[in-house]
Amino acid sequence: MITLENVGFRYEDMVMNFNLQVAKGELVGIIGPSGAGKSTLLSLIAGFDDPVSGRISIGGADMEGVAPDQRPVSMIFQDHNSFAHLDVWTNVALGISADLKLDTQQHERVDEALTRVGLSDFKARKATELSGGERQRIAIARALVRDKPVLLLDEPFTALGPALRRDMLDLIREIQVERKLTILMVTHQPEDARYAASRIAFVQNGRIAHVLPTKQFFAASAPVEISAYLRG
Amino acid sequence: MFWKLTLAIALGFILGAVALGFLPLLWLGFGQAFHIDDYLPRVVVFTLKQAFLSTLLSVAIALPVALALARRQFFGREALLRIFSVPLALPAIVAILGIVGVYGNSGPFGGLFSIYGLKGILLAHVFFNMPLAVRLMLTRLESIPAENFRLAAQLNFSAGQVFRFIEWPQLASALMGIASLIFLLCTASFAVVLILGGGPQATTLEVAIYQSLRLDFDPARASILALAQLVTCGLLVLVAGQFAREIQVVPPTLARTRRWDGKSRFSKILDGLLIALGIVIVVPPILSVILSGIGSIRPDGSLFWASATSLLIGLASASLSIALGWVLAETAARQPRTFLKSVITLACLASLIMPPAVLATGWFVTLSPLADMSRYAIFLVIILNALMALPFVWSPLYPAITDSVQRHDRLCSSLGLSGLARFKLIDLPVLRKPLGLAFLMAVIVSLGDLSAITLFGSDSLVTLPALIFRQMGNYRMNDAAGTALVLAAFCFALITIAQRWSQSHDHT
Repeated sequence: MITLENVGFRYEDMVMNFNLQVAKGELVGIIGPSGAGKSTLLSLIAGFDDPVSGRISIGGADMEGVAPDQRPVSMIFQDHNSFAHLDVWTNVALGISADLKLDTQQHERVDEALTRVGLSDFKARKATELSGGERQRIAIARALVRDKPVLLLDEPFTALGPALRRDMLDLIREIQVERKLTILMVTHQPEDARYAASRIAFVQNGRIAHVLPTKQFFAASAPVEISAYLRG
Repeated sequence: MFWKLTLAIALGFILGAVALGFLPLLWLGFGQAFHIDDYLPRVVVFTLKQAFLSTLLSVAIALPVALALARRQFFGREALLRIFSVPLALPAIVAILGIVGVYGNSGPFGGLFSIYGLKGILLAHVFFNMPLAVRLMLTRLESIPAENFRLAAQLNFSAGQVFRFIEWPQLASALMGIASLIFLLCTASFAVVLILGGGPQATTLEVAIYQSLRLDFDPARASILALAQLVTCGLLVLVAGQFAREIQVVPPTLARTRRWDGKSRFSKILDGLLIALGIVIVVPPILSVILSGIGSIRPDGSLFWASATSLLIGLASASLSIALGWVLAETAARQPRTFLKSVITLACLASLIMPPAVLATGWFVTLSPLADMSRYAIFLVIILNALMALPFVWSPLYPAITDSVQRHDRLCSSLGLSGLARFKLIDLPVLRKPLGLAFLMAVIVSLGDLSAITLFGSDSLVTLPALIFRQMGNYRMNDAAGTALVLAAFCFALITIAQRWSQSHDHT
């Protein structure tokens, strides 16, 4: 579904080069030290940064020169996923049409998505009035109405407590199954990846050093730099 | 005990100065209250009208220019933003000379319209305040999180939608503050109206006070005008000050947010034109100051004496301002009682509510029967400059001192560190930076001051701005240009030192 071949990028002094294959319907966790290039990896796939070399393809289509809105991708950031001054419903509706002209059927889709993420009672609230977890649900609902096959999560739940993170991960996994989504999730909490991901990519110094099935990633036999990172 | 005593002296000094300015006004003004002719309402209306139009124009031009500058990254952008900070840093009279040089009859843009009267006042106020508004708006725009633009790119926002959902909400909350600040600056604007205003048709309260006091020798009328100015400024500070307080300038971040909007040819051309408009307004007067000044500096006695007088007054008033501000800030920072705290804050901002001309009128009325004013003129100018600089001293000093008090007071008292030892060991090193900055700001305020010096100055007391004003009055524009460049050079030397100082690393 997602293929990165020798994708090169430079940020200040750091030279990055990524190779990765993700199959359709997979949830791959991305773990690694701060500044290793995890978020850049997602930015390259979403089209927020342009690679200097190599090839990114999604669903078999080459993404070179394709604008962010033309890519089959939705992204959820750690923060600032919603426009604070707009109400919840509008924030989600923007995912369908930026000029907010929605027909009845699209209206229903927004309502359904809000119900799906448990925000149906908050439609008219301003995004600022919501808690951190509820604000991230807005972003998930918007991803639902956008209905793109790939979902990129950039530390989306880092600011939330453990129980709430579990709930959100459950929601993501349910949606993944329902929609057959392909998901990449950057996280600082290894237990989150352990809970949700089928495979985990370990990013170090601008490279994907290892991609392992989750069980092996956390096994005693994992490569030494992974266990060194996990032990802190 | 020490602080209590110094507090009493400092607060007493300021309140005394204010009372000395204020009470005679009440006395004289009310005595005259039944003799108000139509002059006063006309002046009040013009004061507000020019301030309103200046604000409207400045903000209306600044908004699209700021949006264009936020959208674009180009070679020289940073340099351009530095140039945008020049108009407010220039002493008003220097900038006005530049404007006259460009738009006056003999200037390259001369003959477009008469720069004397309302049009000239608006032009000058836009020159000062449009770049200020641009920089304040850019601060807001550049603080928009990068995620917002990424989201916009993913959701395929048009330029209009980026404005509606991202830029406008960010600006809207600051717009009122920016407009209020500009309105306040324009209401109290003295030099612009004094030089470009054309007689009674285009005069503001601040200038009318000066005219009544120094040209018509009519302290009674000056008192009425001063009362009107006091009421106007007091109300404005109360209302607009609330908004203006919320705005702040944050230095632009180097890591610029990448944006995806504005890719169309039309948008590129439009932004180019808008940025060019900003350049056309800001750059020519500055160039004019430099170009016409360079060949015209005549190092004669009057220039030397004016420079020496300016520097002397600047250093003296800055020292006084620092002494007052420091003592008051030290007390306010330790003051749990909010009443005394707000009295102190108000005392420091007194010169905003009571503009120099108002205070000067009261002093004039009180002191002129008692003594020969010209003998004390230099002290009055120093005190007035010190009060004018106090808000600029207060704003770096108070937060720094509050911080220091919170961090060090307990430790110091547990170590028994107090008095001179504490002052040398703790306060001076910690406050070196804000103190230096406040001192330089105060010197700059005094160097550029035209109101105090025209109100109290005489043939024997001439500062650089006063010298420029005289030379302009005698149509010696070349000499004025030379003097202006000298004054501008002084100011920029100080500003450069101030910037170095504030960017230097703390050794604490």
